[in-house]
Amino acid sequence: MKQAYAWSAIAAIVLASTTGDVLLSRAMKQVGDVGALWRQSGLWTVLGRVLRNQNFLLGVLAMTAAFYSLLFGLSWGDVSLIAPASASLTFVTNAIAAKIFLHERVDHRRWMAAVLVAGGVVLLAA
Amino acid sequence: MTFRKYLVLAGVTLCASIGDSLLSRGMKQVGNISLNHLHDLILAVLNPSVALGILLLLGFFASYMTALSWADLTYVLPATSLGYVLLTVIAKFYLHEAVTTSRWIGILLISAGVGFVTQGPALTHHPASAQSDERGCEPASAGRKDERQAMENKR
Repeated sequence: MKQAYAWSAIAAIVLASTTGDVLLSRAMKQVGDVGALWRQSGLWTVLGRVLRNQNFLLGVLAMTAAFYSLLFGLSWGDVSLIAPASASLTFVTNAIAAKIFLHERVDHRRWMAAVLVAGGVVLLAA
Repeated sequence: MTFRKYLVLAGVTLCASIGDSLLSRGMKQVGNISLNHLHDLILAVLNPSVALGILLLLGFFASYMTALSWADLTYVLPATSLGYVLLTVIAKFYLHEAVTTSRWIGILLISAGVGFVTQGPALTHHPASAQSDERGCEPASAGRKDERQAMENKR
């Protein structure tokens, strides 16, 4: 039962954080280079532009769901299983989602990274 | 990639792994939470370790957002996954969890993945934003611009 709780928490984390990552990445691309914007027009401009971005707010909502799933999972399983398993599975789903929704060029290096990390996850869970 | 950008990526890595470890220690102190007592999950933030963990995860979030503003999602995530190596070391020596050989090999594979992705470019150059050809990006972003205009007009 403990295992079932831990793995359903992992599934929930992966789904929520992939959604969140894609939304946040899209939001920050709309905001633009934060460092340059900060130097140019100050911290408040940066904060204002980020906080008023709709994708950012939706992304934070998804990340909050992922965070509470993580807390839930951590009360049932080891941190060295839950945290790497969920966040690393997110690599594969993120690579797919980033290609489809963000039109990122996921080349062989990036697929290789995703596959290696996925292999690492299988071993972490063994 | 400048030195400052590598510092931001290091911030993402360190804050995430140390923050997660603190959360784990705190949640072990809080104890198992069952589906029947989900409100315990909300009260869990009162535990000092959980609170400090959340603080570090806020630091993680700020540096993560900064990184995403100048790099692809599929670059930032693998590039910062060295945190799992750190997380395993922390889990072994501070939380005293058992870390088996196969988990160590898993960590090794993840590290290899980091090596692959950091050799490539950090940001996808979208031809749609520079020139006006193909890809299907242009109509999408144009549509978004129209939406924003419509929102502003409403206001």
